[in-house]
Amino acid sequence: MHLKNISLRQFKNFSADRFEFSEEVNCFLGLNGAGKTNLLDAIHYLCLTKSAFQSVDQFQMLHGTNFFMVKGSFINEGKILELDCSMESGKKKQLVLNGKPYQKMSDHIGLFPVVLIAPDDTSLIRDGSEERRRFFDNMLSQLSSNYLNQLVRYQHFLKQRNALLKQFHDSGKKDLSLLEPYSRELIQLSDIIHRQRFEFIQNFAPGIQSHYSFIAGESEKTDITYTSDAGEKTFEKDFRNSLEKDLILKRTNKGIHKDDYIFTIGGHSLKKFGSQGQQKSYLISLKLSQFDAFKLEKKQKPILLLDDIFDKLDDIRIGQLMKLVAKRDFGQLFITDARPERSIKIFSDLQIPAKLFHIEEGKLTEVTSI
Amino acid sequence: MNFPSRLIEEAVTEISRLPGIGKKTALRLSLHLLKQHESVASSLAQSIIDLRSKTSYCKICHNISDTEVCSTCSNPKRDRSIICVVEDIPDVLAIENTSQYQGLYHVLGGVISPIQGRGPEDIHISSLMERVNTPLDGETVKEIILALPATMEGDTTSFFIGRKLEAIGIKVSTIARGIPVGGELEFTDEVTLGRSILTRTNYST
Ligand SMILES: [Zn+2]
Repeated sequence: MHLKNISLRQFKNFSADRFEFSEEVNCFLGLNGAGKTNLLDAIHYLCLTKSAFQSVDQFQMLHGTNFFMVKGSFINEGKILELDCSMESGKKKQLVLNGKPYQKMSDHIGLFPVVLIAPDDTSLIRDGSEERRRFFDNMLSQLSSNYLNQLVRYQHFLKQRNALLKQFHDSGKKDLSLLEPYSRELIQLSDIIHRQRFEFIQNFAPGIQSHYSFIAGESEKTDITYTSDAGEKTFEKDFRNSLEKDLILKRTNKGIHKDDYIFTIGGHSLKKFGSQGQQKSYLISLKLSQFDAFKLEKKQKPILLLDDIFDKLDDIRIGQLMKLVAKRDFGQLFITDARPERSIKIFSDLQIPAKLFHIEEGKLTEVTSI
Repeated sequence: MNFPSRLIEEAVTEISRLPGIGKKTALRLSLHLLKQHESVASSLAQSIIDLRSKTSYCKICHNISDTEVCSTCSNPKRDRSIICVVEDIPDVLAIENTSQYQGLYHVLGGVISPIQGRGPEDIHISSLMERVNTPLDGETVKEIILALPATMEGDTTSFFIGRKLEAIGIKVSTIARGIPVGGELEFTDEVTLGRSILTRTNYST
């Protein structure tokens, strides 16, 4: 599967533009702030109906406008899939596939797998557990619509239960029998989701090792430790025993919304003890493993987005990544670079054909190729 | 939109408050009314006023009724030992259209949703409990059918009511959910299929 073209209207800093892509390597070249990363994000948007960087859809619009649209044609096994995503201020976002609007956005997730590598974005390693849950939820949701359904249900019941806890607190009246339908669903779903996460990590974690050795040239053992309240045999009891605390804090304290994934290297926490270089290598290895997981499950190579890797990685790591590109390990590739001459040299030297899109201030100015 | 007259603007504003009607349609309807005989507009207006001021609800089942007790609740041929609990009025019509049900109804008028600030006291749950406890014309209620929507709120509301009823020893059932008639298994979503296997029914020939 590949993306044949994309049209943007009032998306981020693009007022109106159209891009015809190569099936292989596409480079977005231009100064910082020109809009290269916004283009990657537009592709991410089409694939997953959300930005990779921005959680509020409203911010996707060109400043001063109240509407945006991203349109793209994918080619999958010879068939054309036209995708049209638009949003008007204050209205719900619209997603249309081949002229047919989606009833549920979640039906779209997983049809167009995409992997983004942004080496500067080590928040996945450094920040709190929420970032990591989002990353793995995002991946598992693309791999299994069943997982996504359960997760949507869980998050909904959690919101309901927390709203109720807050109402109990505010009104001073509490009817515990009203809490029970939600507690029961959360306990059951925690068990189901925990099992899916656990099984997934068991299969997924070992794959990171070979990528890490290849990218970093080091042989430290990499692993992921998955922790969850729902992993305890006493989970249901723990959940119910937490009621007192839940009532005081006005939120649910036990459940899979508290899970964490701890990245380790040589048996130690990557967050606490990993060097910056190790963290970047780990992050890339994690994303390459994500690429593998999609390829295996979907029987096709996901679209790969590489944001600013030439600036943010050292020559050895860039060299290793480019070896994978030259070996045609990837399918369609989109890459950003602030220095055109550097990309041109790298791809020319490796004799990798690439289409180059020169971008200035939210406009496509020139298309060249190697 | 700029209107040539303040009267038209007011009409458009009011009509476009109705669900599914935008300003353009509202304008078309307003202009249409202007072209009709005056009596068309006044009888429309009168029926809207009557609808709002004269419509009343059955004091037993909360369905719409012109009388204090609706024609279903007062019909001696209906089975009073069984009550079907639905979310809203259209659900009663839908079940009536199947001609498969002879019992009574109870319209909740909504489902519980703490996020939207809707609790059990905002819908007709306490009157359902009363009905169960006080037999109508000497006939006791033997079964409650929960026919709430198959949504997350429908499910949690069913569970909440079901628990309350079971606690006083009433038989509670719920409408079956599963593969639509004429549906293919492979195209049925996983949740529905999984549920229909868990709640499978005995096969009798
Ligand atoms: Zn009635």
